[in-house]
Amino acid sequence: MPGFFSPFITKPDSVSQIMLKVLLALIPGIALYVWHFGPAILVSITLASLTALATEALMLRLRNRPIAPFLKDNSALLTGWLLALSIPPLAPWWLVVIGTAFAISVSKHLYGGLGNNPFNPAMIGYAVLIISFPVQMTQWLSPHGMGSVELGFIEQLNYIFLGVFPEGIKLDALTMATPLDTLKTQLHLDGQIREILDMPIYGRLAGHGSEMVAAGFLLGGLYLLATRIISWHIPVVYLGTLFAVAGLFHLLDPAHYVEPLFHWFSGAAMIGAFFILTDPITSPTTHKGKLIFAFGAGLLTYLIRAFGGFPDGMAFATLLMNICVPLIDAYTQPKVFGKKGQKS
Amino acid sequence: MRTLYPFHGGIHPASNKAQSNHKPIAQAALPSRLVIPLHQHVGNSAKPVVEIGQCVLKGQIIGAPEGHVSSAVHAPTSGVIAAIDMQPVAHPSGIPDLCITLIPDGNDEWIAREPCDDWKALAHTDLRHRLRAAGVVGLGGAAFPSDMKLYAHKHKIKTLVLNGAECEPYITCDDLLMRERAAEILQGAEIMCALLYAEEVLIGIEDNKPEAIAAMRAAVLDGKYERMEVVAVPTIYPGGGAKQLIRVLTGIEVAAGVRSTNLGVQCFNVGTAYSTWRAIRHGEPLISRIVTVTGNVGQPQNFEALLGTPVNELVAQAEQLPDTRGYIMGGPMMGIRLPSAQVGVIKATNCLIAMSDSLFPPALPALPCIRCTRCVDVCPAELQPQELFWFAQSKNLLKAQEYHLFDCIECGACSYVCPSNIPLVEYYRFAKSEIWAQETSKKAADAARERHEYREQRIEREKQEKAEKLAAKEKAALDAKAQKSASPPPTPLPPAGEGASVSDAPVDADPEDTMHLKIQAAIDHAKQQAAGSKPGNTEQLTPQQQAEIAEIDARRTRIRELALSSVNEHTKE
Repeated sequence: MPGFFSPFITKPDSVSQIMLKVLLALIPGIALYVWHFGPAILVSITLASLTALATEALMLRLRNRPIAPFLKDNSALLTGWLLALSIPPLAPWWLVVIGTAFAISVSKHLYGGLGNNPFNPAMIGYAVLIISFPVQMTQWLSPHGMGSVELGFIEQLNYIFLGVFPEGIKLDALTMATPLDTLKTQLHLDGQIREILDMPIYGRLAGHGSEMVAAGFLLGGLYLLATRIISWHIPVVYLGTLFAVAGLFHLLDPAHYVEPLFHWFSGAAMIGAFFILTDPITSPTTHKGKLIFAFGAGLLTYLIRAFGGFPDGMAFATLLMNICVPLIDAYTQPKVFGKKGQKS
Repeated sequence: MRTLYPFHGGIHPASNKAQSNHKPIAQAALPSRLVIPLHQHVGNSAKPVVEIGQCVLKGQIIGAPEGHVSSAVHAPTSGVIAAIDMQPVAHPSGIPDLCITLIPDGNDEWIAREPCDDWKALAHTDLRHRLRAAGVVGLGGAAFPSDMKLYAHKHKIKTLVLNGAECEPYITCDDLLMRERAAEILQGAEIMCALLYAEEVLIGIEDNKPEAIAAMRAAVLDGKYERMEVVAVPTIYPGGGAKQLIRVLTGIEVAAGVRSTNLGVQCFNVGTAYSTWRAIRHGEPLISRIVTVTGNVGQPQNFEALLGTPVNELVAQAEQLPDTRGYIMGGPMMGIRLPSAQVGVIKATNCLIAMSDSLFPPALPALPCIRCTRCVDVCPAELQPQELFWFAQSKNLLKAQEYHLFDCIECGACSYVCPSNIPLVEYYRFAKSEIWAQETSKKAADAARERHEYREQRIEREKQEKAEKLAAKEKAALDAKAQKSASPPPTPLPPAGEGASVSDAPVDADPEDTMHLKIQAAIDHAKQQAAGSKPGNTEQLTPQQQAEIAEIDARRTRIRELALSSVNEHTKE
């Protein structure tokens, strides 16, 4: 039966299609991740996806909401993928399960489910994990050809699910600190940027391997821009701010402040600029608001990276700016048709 | 090349115009009956001026305009008035309204018309009067009485915008009218231009109608209209909204609650200009219009249909397909779903779309808003639809108004693009009606409080006056008594004042008797007053209120009759 009230036609578009396109846009980055760091990330993504869907279904059931339409909206999957991509791939299975379950249950459904969460669920999951399990959260796999030993896929599975390594191999031999972390530690040890970047873990712009993953996310982000899933405001201003602030410090003291492109291609800057900060539910709706939001996030990311205690600032910058969204929206309401000359 | 001023937002739905725009306008067959609502326009309902059984001629007034904002309704053909009663009308509520049912006699015999060879010789007031008497209203959909829009102080209006944009999908009636009757549209526009003292006429037509643009341009050249210009405007919905078209053509933004005339612009639909010409030049009232019949029909086409033609009879002429499940009047973006297939075509009926499940699939279940702001991107009023939705949903009406709810033109672009399938416009309509209801009840409450306070004051005043009168009478009585006891007069003095019962009272009666008498007097007085009283405030009613009262009385009488007849039936049994 056709509808009863106008409009009687709609554009064939849906939340699930939007989310699906965002998932697709993550694939270049994931492919490069597998290329450089091995297939362990695929295990984390699978684990996160299953946990996300199961938690979503459970929470919907507890909240007496219809399960099928919400499971099909792909939003839980996206949260799972983003979280899996933010934590070390060679980690015990429960790490990703706890993080994802917390993200979906507490930071999404306890606030009212899809569309009502003030904080980015994946970033909440990340924050919970890095505070609760700092050791497991900082053991990142070395890229191919960097570690002293490398595990096969079966051996990786054995570690992830059973916590066992082949004879004579220790976790330390497989993992290392992230490029951002290494930089921070070395600077504390009175290193100079030039010398530090000569270390083998660094590539052309930033971390060896990880810079390529970031480039993959940039590619996916450009696809999102081209398909108008996201607008230019947040990624451009976020990366611009990060570049400008990092550039300023770098110009003032090149020996102690790394160049801005390093920041772009390190840590979560790229995935954050295109996939996390642009989450429509937790970012401002007005254009002016998006600019303020992205500027704040860029500034905070840099400050946390350069002067804070955590290796990367993306997650906390996102969460801090998420809090400001209602305020930003309220104070950036644009003038409406015919009332542009008037004071509001 | 004229500079255009594109408006913000807009959408590009499938136009679906090709189905109906390749055939010329057909004359619709004379229907078996005509159901003509008396309220087809903005303003007061027309008042029926014919009786059941009366024979009327084509063009004869059957409903007279009542009040300032109103319009006449005419017999679209000659025939007999069969009924004047409540019938379903083209309104989504399905609430019936007063309609005149006319059975055509087939002769199609005109009443004497008053053509005018030289309208320029007529006074402006005369022209406006003729338009009102001819029932000319805006044919773009709003149906506002046109004579009301053609007042202007000299040199106040710079631009007359003629709206031939026709941005809604499916509709092609203006397209065909412009292709076939361009010269008459321009002649009508010239009359409007004169009435408004406008300096220029801009005719906006969306660039998906090249034939219409060419025809109108040729007519401008033929007629040597130096002040008229046909402007091709970009095809984008809702580019045919008056505010949007004015903005595109002139750069002027008419805010909500502002009259475009105050900004030097007036806007009319091309069909209205055509009707204006027919009314002034030929003395023909508005009794028919061009209607696009399309959708789930075998032969989509434009018809010139008599007002009052039942929808099913008209759609049948376009070969309605069997799986039709309802009709849209207007376009798919802003049209309304008709409550019944028997309702008559009205002045605002520009298009009838037969609906089927395949053409108009049922809406998908709505998901929560994810604040993606696709609605913001398309909103031509530059609102924040997602915020308005939030406030409407939570019934936060104050906030909704703060976020400019009443600037929403209900074009439906936001609902169209919403990936969560939220019927956004429905929420805005709901919020608006809630606010109107609140305001109405607040006004009623204010009025009631005022009335109450006034009544209290009056009662207080009357009490005082009564007490003073009584005191005066008692004093008079006491004086009389004192006089009597001192030196009894031969006859009792007629006491001052009007209280006859007091004057009859034995002056030496004891106090209790006096009290009874006083009460009796008060009761008599009250009775007298009640007898002389009428229902209050009957003189200064608006025509609408009078119509309402008449309606209520009619309903009461009918109920009484119904009750009586049912009682009679029972007794017969």
